[in-house]
Amino acid sequence: MDEDLFLEDVGDSWSFQLGGEDEDDLHEYQAFLGSSFFDLSGDPFSQMGLGDHEGKQFCWKKTHTDSSAEEEEAREGSLSVSAQTIRVTEAVRDGDALTFIVISQKLSGSGEYHVARTHEDFQWLQQCLFSQEVVPGILGVIFPPLPAKPQLNAPTKVLKQLGFLAMGEDWRMYCMALETYLQQVAAHTTLSKNKCLENFLTSSEPPGRQRVRKGIFNRLSQAMEGMRKEGHKDVDDFFQTERDNNLTLTGCSKSATERFIDVVLTEQKLAVACGHFSTALHLCVEQEEDSAVLAFSKICVKLSEVIDSIKRNFESVAENNLSTLGLGLDLESRCQEAEKEMLYRRTCKLVVLETASRNAERAKPVKTAAMDELKVAAEKEFDHVSGVAKQEIARFHSTRVELLRQALILWCEKQLETARDTSFRYSEHLQAFKGLGE
Amino acid sequence: MAASSPRNPPPLRGAENQDPLSEMADEDSDEGEDIFVGNSNPVAESFQPDTANGEEPADLFSEEETSTAVNSSITTFKSNGVHSDNENDLFAEVSVELSMENPSTTAKTSGAEFTPSLTLSATQPRSMEQLEEEKDEDSFDMDVAVTNPEKIGDGMNAYMAYKVSTRTTLPMFRNRTFSVWRRFSDFLGLYEKLSVKHSLNGCIIPPPPEKSVVGMTKVKVGKEDSSSADFVERRRAALERYLQRVVCHPSLLQDPDVREFLERDELPRAVGTHTLSGAGFLKMINRASDAVSKMTIKISYSDAWFDNKLQEVESEDLQLRKLHAVVDSLVNHRKELCGNTAVFAKSMAMLGNSEDNTALSRALSQLAEVEDKMETLHQEQAASDFFILAELLADYIRLLGAVRGCFEQRMKTWQRWQEAQSTLQKKREVEAKLLWANKPDKLQQAKEEITEWEGKVTQYERDFDRISVTVRKEFLRFEKEKSKDFKSQIVKYLESLLQSQQRLVMFWEAFLPEAKAIA
Repeated sequence: MDEDLFLEDVGDSWSFQLGGEDEDDLHEYQAFLGSSFFDLSGDPFSQMGLGDHEGKQFCWKKTHTDSSAEEEEAREGSLSVSAQTIRVTEAVRDGDALTFIVISQKLSGSGEYHVARTHEDFQWLQQCLFSQEVVPGILGVIFPPLPAKPQLNAPTKVLKQLGFLAMGEDWRMYCMALETYLQQVAAHTTLSKNKCLENFLTSSEPPGRQRVRKGIFNRLSQAMEGMRKEGHKDVDDFFQTERDNNLTLTGCSKSATERFIDVVLTEQKLAVACGHFSTALHLCVEQEEDSAVLAFSKICVKLSEVIDSIKRNFESVAENNLSTLGLGLDLESRCQEAEKEMLYRRTCKLVVLETASRNAERAKPVKTAAMDELKVAAEKEFDHVSGVAKQEIARFHSTRVELLRQALILWCEKQLETARDTSFRYSEHLQAFKGLGE
Repeated sequence: MAASSPRNPPPLRGAENQDPLSEMADEDSDEGEDIFVGNSNPVAESFQPDTANGEEPADLFSEEETSTAVNSSITTFKSNGVHSDNENDLFAEVSVELSMENPSTTAKTSGAEFTPSLTLSATQPRSMEQLEEEKDEDSFDMDVAVTNPEKIGDGMNAYMAYKVSTRTTLPMFRNRTFSVWRRFSDFLGLYEKLSVKHSLNGCIIPPPPEKSVVGMTKVKVGKEDSSSADFVERRRAALERYLQRVVCHPSLLQDPDVREFLERDELPRAVGTHTLSGAGFLKMINRASDAVSKMTIKISYSDAWFDNKLQEVESEDLQLRKLHAVVDSLVNHRKELCGNTAVFAKSMAMLGNSEDNTALSRALSQLAEVEDKMETLHQEQAASDFFILAELLADYIRLLGAVRGCFEQRMKTWQRWQEAQSTLQKKREVEAKLLWANKPDKLQQAKEEITEWEGKVTQYERDFDRISVTVRKEFLRFEKEKSKDFKSQIVKYLESLLQSQQRLVMFWEAFLPEAKAIA
């Protein structure tokens, strides 16, 4: 669990938004919740009407004032753009906020869509995706992770959370992360069908400018409950193993990402130091006619060219690190977190099921029927979630291996190219130096 | 290479008469001192070839140097400047702290294997190449190396002994190749002697490396960590450069003290080297600059030249200090990069271990290894930055101090001449007064004094002219040497840079198929 984000803008993390952010919501649901997170009184599969939040299975809410018709449509349909062509090309500064330009190609081949979106828009999209109640077992989906909100003029500590995404010129890394997010959503069989995605990518109007209810899963509750549930033993070996592996990998990948950030930062520092060195050398150049002084000045000039090359090498190396492996590690780390959250939701469902089973067993005859009903519902849901989860896990692993593979290959290729370039330049410098003053 | 064969007395400079009084000729006509003591030359004798390697004796000047060769040549050492008899056991016990492997040769042999002890990349070959260049120009053949730092003794009385090896074809030396053992205070003592004799002439005498109480205490106490090893290596390299500069100087090379230093088995302990502590040296330099700035002469064109050059020296001093600070920070950043890379490599290794997918796991482990190799590259590069660039700059900052000293010396000579002139003037006034007062007895004395002072004025003027010529010559030589020195050092630096880069290319080329193999 990412402690840093605990007290931050909760809405940024799409995951584990349990309970309402507002006190009102919390009270409302606590009437039902007891020890479980999810409200089971009521038909879990009934569709949620607009603004109607009682007794619903999924506690996400939307406060769109859009017509209910749109809500209805929001559940079906397929994307009219090609997933791989989605690009987030740039980030435009607008006062204190950033606006991202999203471009995608029509499947029909007849052109492309250009839209401008803010991070709030992305968050809206994420919330839409969560709210797909009709899909049984939706909780078993590993939702593509949305990067945390980029803050301009933020204190270093905040920027540090974004890690690699905050580095690089003009938020380029961040744009790439958003791009990956959109592509992953668009490539997901279930998620891509959400009309909100279509809306997001194609509508010239910014979607849902109303403030979206930030989410149901209250991090606070989760933190309290988490201690008990995260370690809850699984009934299925496959999942237990997966949970254990995931725990290790989450830690490892996060740590590797942070260490790599340190490496890149030092490389950037070295580039700056070389810049100083080169400048200082230029100051040694004297406009003298004395041949000895002239000879020395020439040496200084030539050396400063060498140092310049060294500087450019460091800059390239750092840039390559950033844009390939850095980005890849960052994504891996966030995806592992996403899987962790899915597994956690499933574990919670397991707890619900076990509680319901116990209740059913101990129920007084008058309540037996109701308790049994609850138990059956919980079982059904749990099975659905597990089913979806299994598929998702398989897909997840093959995708992440592929992503890492691409990142590693690209990283190696770029560094190799830079290394060769630099090697060539150094040898040129060496020749020039040897010939100096001959 | 037997030393007992009869040798022809080497011709002296100016081809003075050769006096074959004994086998060991009396060489130095200046001091009348017989610097060749004793009949045998145990130094050369005991400088045994390392028969295990079957190499040429005294081949410290070749690129291939292994610590095993060094060790065995130590044990065959019979006697030397600073050690008492039966030192063989001592040598057997002494641990050679440094590996003398030259990273460039290691790279030739394997491509990717090298030991971490190469953080102290020996700058030995540098001396050879540098001297080779000069050899061509100055038409004398002289190589000097300082190697094999050995800790002698224990506790606070311990000291480091360094092997000073010379290879030369100059006839004024008894042998072509020979070596002696010297300690740090011996080097300082040499500087003292040279200073006393030559600084009055306006010679630029290369300053020795600075004393360091902290550094030496660590070594004495026996701390076997990398900072002690670094310190010793740094000192060894600095002593070597110091000696090389001394022997490069045509006048200094002729000095018998230099020859004695290089050849004589036992040197009397140098005393009074306390003045040459780092702080003392600094004071000396500051005094020089203060004195010089107070003087102003505008008597002739040549003085404008001196003024200009002095200004140049002062601004260059500032520039070099700035450069040195920048290079220092570069070295530190590189060391930081080393640390970060190592830590990152470990975390990638852990990630690889936790990974299920075999090919990915292997690729990640390979990645960790590549990063480890890069860490070593960074370490070497940091050493290169330091030993080549930073120390070069530090040397020249000290040398500029010596140059300023020369200028001050010239000023002092001028002042002495001016004072003599004014004294003469006063004497003449006295004489005139006496004439007018008609005191013949005192007049005689006055006339004598006048003659005396006239003589002095003439002599001091000649001294001033002479020192001006010398200083000017020395300065021009210094500038030339400086350009050459910098150029050759930077070439060395670039070569190491290029080598590192080429190794890096190889690492990446090796990793690419691993990455592609992930399925």
